[in-house]
Amino acid sequence: MNFDLIISIINIVLIATTPLVFASMGELITEKSGVLNLGVEGMMLVGAVTAFVTLVITENYFLTFLIGTLSGVIMASLFAFLVLILMSNQVATGLALTIFGIGLSSMIGKKYIGTPIVGVSPYYFIVFSFILVFLISYFLYKTKSGLILRAVGESHTSAHAQGYNVIKIRFLSIIFGGAMCALAGSYMSIAYAPMWQENMVAGRGWIALALVVFATWKPGRALLGAYIFGSVSILQMNLQGFGVRIPAQFFVMAPYLATIIVLVIISNDRLRIKLSAPACLTLPFFKGR
Amino acid sequence: MKSYLPKIISRGHPSTIMSYWAPVIAIFLTLLTGSIIFSFMGFNPLFALHTFFISPISTSYGISELFLKATPLALIGVGLAFCFKNNIYNIGAEGQLTMGAIFGGGIGILFSSLDVNGFWVLPIVILFGAIGGAFWALIPAILKIKFNTNEILTSLMLVYIAALILDYLVVGPWRDPQGYSFPKTRPFNESSRMPLLFEGLRIHFGLILTIISILVSWFIFSKTILGYQLKVSGLSPKASKFAGFSQNSLVVLTFIICGSFAGIAGVGEVTGPIGLIYRDISPNYGFTAIIVAFLGRLHPIGIIFSSLIIALTYLGAEDAQLFMQVPQAVGFVFQGLVLFYLLGADLLINYKITFNKKEIYEF
Repeated sequence: MNFDLIISIINIVLIATTPLVFASMGELITEKSGVLNLGVEGMMLVGAVTAFVTLVITENYFLTFLIGTLSGVIMASLFAFLVLILMSNQVATGLALTIFGIGLSSMIGKKYIGTPIVGVSPYYFIVFSFILVFLISYFLYKTKSGLILRAVGESHTSAHAQGYNVIKIRFLSIIFGGAMCALAGSYMSIAYAPMWQENMVAGRGWIALALVVFATWKPGRALLGAYIFGSVSILQMNLQGFGVRIPAQFFVMAPYLATIIVLVIISNDRLRIKLSAPACLTLPFFKGR
Repeated sequence: MKSYLPKIISRGHPSTIMSYWAPVIAIFLTLLTGSIIFSFMGFNPLFALHTFFISPISTSYGISELFLKATPLALIGVGLAFCFKNNIYNIGAEGQLTMGAIFGGGIGILFSSLDVNGFWVLPIVILFGAIGGAFWALIPAILKIKFNTNEILTSLMLVYIAALILDYLVVGPWRDPQGYSFPKTRPFNESSRMPLLFEGLRIHFGLILTIISILVSWFIFSKTILGYQLKVSGLSPKASKFAGFSQNSLVVLTFIICGSFAGIAGVGEVTGPIGLIYRDISPNYGFTAIIVAFLGRLHPIGIIFSSLIIALTYLGAEDAQLFMQVPQAVGFVFQGLVLFYLLGADLLINYKITFNKKEIYEF
C-alpha cells in the first residue's frame, strides 16, 4: 500500500465522518440534559434541504449555513415545546419529528433534485468538528454551566430545588442539538455530496444516536466512535475497489451491521450503561406536581 | 402578581373522555394547518382539502383503493399495538414487512417457476411471510433480552439491512431473465396471488386477513391473560415483575406477533396489488403504521378508523400531485403533523388547562 493511497483514504474518512461528529455532539448535549430526541434523522434532512435551497437561491455560503442551521433550531423548538411544555412522550415525539422531517424535506426538495451547485470545501468543517468536540468536553466537565446541565439530566427535581430553571436549560440543550444536527445535514448537501437527493442522510441520524450510547455519553469517545464508523463505511468502498467479489449491497450494509454489533457489545455491560446514562433520560418534568 | 397566562394543572387521574377526544382534536388541527399550508402555496384551501380528502374516495374504485392502503396499515398498526402497550418501541416494522415479502414472496416465486398450482400454495406463501417477519423481529427481541440492547436502534438498523437484502435479490439471483434488465422478479402465478374480493377492484384477500387479525387481537387484549399481562407491564413494569410475569417472554412474544403481522402485510402487498417483487414494495407502510397505532389509541377498533384516515392521506397525496402539482411527500407531512398534534393533545388526558386564577392559587 503506497503513501498516496493512505493519504487519500484518511482524507475520505475525515470528509465522511464529520457529519456523524456534528450530529452526535448535538444529540449528546440534548441527552445530557435528560431529553432523548429521536428526531436527529429528520432534523438532518431538513437542514440539508434548507441549506441546499438557500444556496441555489442566494449563492451565499454564509447565509446557506446560517439558514440551514436555523431550520434545525426551528424543528428542535417544535420538539422542545411538545416534550417540555406539553410533556408528551419523548420517544413518540422524536419519531414524529423524523417522519415529519422526511416528508417536509422531500416536499421542499422535489424541485431541486439534480440542480447543480458549487460545493464548499469540507476542510473548514473538519477542523471545526474537532474544535467542537474539545469545546463540548470543556463545557461539560470544566465549567459551572456544564455541571448544571449534567445535574439537570441526572436529577431534575434536585436541580429544580437548587433554583435552576430545568425547562429553560433543557430547551436550550434541545435547540443546540437541533442546530448541530441541521449543520450536519447542511454539510452533507453542500460540502460532502454536494447535491440534494431524497433521504440522502440514509440513516446517519440513527447511527449518530447509536454513537451516543456507544460513547457512554462522553464527547471524546463519541468522536472516536464516529471515526470507527466512518472508517468502516469507507473501507467497504475501498475493498470494492480492490476487487473483492461481494455484491455491492453487502458493503453498503456494513455501517448498519456495525451499529448493531457495537450496540450489542457496549450494552451487554448493563451496569456501565446504567451508571453512564443520564438518570432522568426520557423522564418528563412537571413543576406543579 | 396577576397572571393572565393559561396554566397547566394536573387532573389527578387520567381522563378517559379526553383520550377519545385527543385524536379528533389532532385531526381537526391537522386539517386547519393543512388549509393554511395550501393557501400559502396559492391554492383555494377548500378546493385543496376537497382534492385531498374528498375526491379520492368519491368513487367505488376510490373506496376500494382506500381499503387497499388501509389493509397493511391496520395490520401492522395492530401488531405494533402489542409492542407499544408493553412499552417496547419496535420501529422496524418496515424491515419486518420487507422480510415477510422476501420469505413469502420467495416461496411464491419458487412455486411459480416450478409451475406448482393448488389451493394450498397461498396458505404456505402467507405462512412464510409471517415467518419471515417474525424472524426479523426476533433479532432485536433477542438482542434486547440477552444483551440489553436498545430495540429502537437495532430494529431501525434492520430496516436498512432488509432493504439492501431485497435490493440484492431483485438485482441479482431473483431477477426475471425476461425482465429487460429491470430489477424485478418474474410475476407470481395465479395460485400464489391473493384472490381479489370484487371483480375490477384491487382489494384482495389480505383485507380479510387484516380483519381477522384485528378481531383476534381485540380478543387477546380484552379477554386473555396475555392481554392482562401486557396491560400491567405497560402501566407498571415493577408491578408486573412482582406479579411474576416474565418480562423477557413478553418482549419476545410481542415482537413475534408484531413481526408476523408486518410480514403478512408485506407478503400481502407483493402477492396482492403488485404481483411480483421489486425494490419499492412499500411506501413507508411500516413507519406510517406507528402513527396509525398511536392515533388509534393502541386499540384494535381505534386502529381500524385511524388506518382509514391515514390511508386517505396516501390517496390524497397522489391526487394532489396529479391535479395540483404538489409533491406527493405532502402526505408524509400531514402524517407527521397529525402525530405531533395527537401527542400534544394527549396532555389533556392527564392535565387540564385553566384560565381561572382561583383554581391556580388553590392548587
